[in-house]
Amino acid sequence: MKLRVEVVALDCLMVRLFDEISEANMPWMLAASENLRAAFGEHLIDLVPSYTTLMVHYDLIVLNPAQARELIAQALIDLSPNTRTGGQCHVLPVWYDLSVGPELSLLSQRSGLAVEEVIRRHSGREYQVFALGFAPGFAFMGLVEEVLAAPRLNTPRKKVAAGSVGIAERQTAAYPVVSPGGWNLIGRTPAKLFDRERDGYSLMQPGDTVRFEAVSHAEFIHLGGDDTPLEAQV
Amino acid sequence: MSRLSIEASTPLCLLQDAGRFGVRHLGVTQGGGLDWRSMSWANWLLGNDLHAPVIEITLGGFAVVAEEDCVLALAGADLGACVNGETLAPWRSFRLQKGQRLQFTQPLLGARAYLAAPGGFDAPSVLGSRSTVVREELGGLDGRGRALAKGAQLSYAGSALLLLRELPAEQRPDFSDASPLDLVLGAQIGEFSGQSLFDAFNSVWTLDSRADRMGIRLLGTALQYQGKPMISEGIPLGAVQVPPDGQPIVLLNDRQTIGGYPRLGALTPLALARLAQCLPGAKVRLRPVVQEVAHREQVEYLKRF
Repeated sequence: MKLRVEVVALDCLMVRLFDEISEANMPWMLAASENLRAAFGEHLIDLVPSYTTLMVHYDLIVLNPAQARELIAQALIDLSPNTRTGGQCHVLPVWYDLSVGPELSLLSQRSGLAVEEVIRRHSGREYQVFALGFAPGFAFMGLVEEVLAAPRLNTPRKKVAAGSVGIAERQTAAYPVVSPGGWNLIGRTPAKLFDRERDGYSLMQPGDTVRFEAVSHAEFIHLGGDDTPLEAQV
Repeated sequence: MSRLSIEASTPLCLLQDAGRFGVRHLGVTQGGGLDWRSMSWANWLLGNDLHAPVIEITLGGFAVVAEEDCVLALAGADLGACVNGETLAPWRSFRLQKGQRLQFTQPLLGARAYLAAPGGFDAPSVLGSRSTVVREELGGLDGRGRALAKGAQLSYAGSALLLLRELPAEQRPDFSDASPLDLVLGAQIGEFSGQSLFDAFNSVWTLDSRADRMGIRLLGTALQYQGKPMISEGIPLGAVQVPPDGQPIVLLNDRQTIGGYPRLGALTPLALARLAQCLPGAKVRLRPVVQEVAHREQVEYLKRF
């Protein structure tokens, strides 16, 4: 790890911890996050974690850039990885089906695996939440097995149903609300991923772990899922 | 209690406050009035908290009728406002008597006007803010992120100052100011070609019509990034990102929270306030500024309120 602090805006600094996306980054990212929140306290306006960086947005009325840099330096002295299982582990039920996950067949063709095997491999692994972005509660998770990796669609769909589960390169995610999107869709979860009434709002937070569990159509409906096929939603 | 009734509106007329903070790590965007400076002056004219919810009217097409006597304030663009046909210039508080109609017609100078009410317009706080973000279905009058619509009722809880105020001329932002927009240099600045750096700060950029509350595209000489592809990272307000086609995009209040395009840096808040008042086709220039200098200038400006 070679730590750098970079200017990104008048009142924002970027703390860069790594150069590559890796599951091994997470314990360090979590520890740095925790220390930075403690060091800035109420003068922190937002802390935006991503795969390898933490963007610190601080109160410019209280802190000048030099003071903010000093706080960051102090917060990250003797940083040690947070190996406690701090994050939550979520199990997301998924109804894997071509009607809601049309790219199941594409992934099957690309990998040479049967559709059932694609499902088994996607749901047979525990993923880390690297970052949230794109939309409220949209969690970028990974890494999926190399054999399941696939580039985003050339033409993004104008409308992707809420709960849609997809793959892009070696990442996987679920769409919290209806939105445009270019990920390869393989199924749908009935889980409510973002809820303004919930404490913490987002089901998943950076540092959490997630496992997908294949459920039948009946279970999906029982759990409140909407099985409207993608085409019918347009 | 309803005080005003909306008679005309457009999808660009939105309830806004200073924005939504403390939730960006969940993918929730910042939101908030694009020209924070005019928004703050509108609130200042009424003795409000500077961050109280106001109505951001972009380009015009908005009209309200008073259901009782009101004192309101108007700041920002001159959108041809009139009260029962009489011209109403911005940068002042004014009375709107029961039955009178306040109407915004078309942009005469600037692009966005801010209408404030005593104590701020009423709306539920959603994730700590009233700012409307249509895409995220957050904020606004009903909390569901909808633009202001014809037929909606507006209320406010504050009581009006007795005296009407006008912002002294020397305090009013000059929307015809053509000086360059200050840009705090970012970490990837050295990864652009030398020619591109020269072009970035020496050529004239034209505001594209592809502009919304997420970002404004600048048209001009294509800039060349020579660095490695980036991994997505947090995007600050005003970031000037350069996608592969080389045409920079200034990212505004409703931008996505993380993204992977290289950046020249970020416009200062004062530059953003000016940009928010520019119409498509306007010409702008960029000027590099160091973080410390920009910070001092911002703190200095905030002392005016």
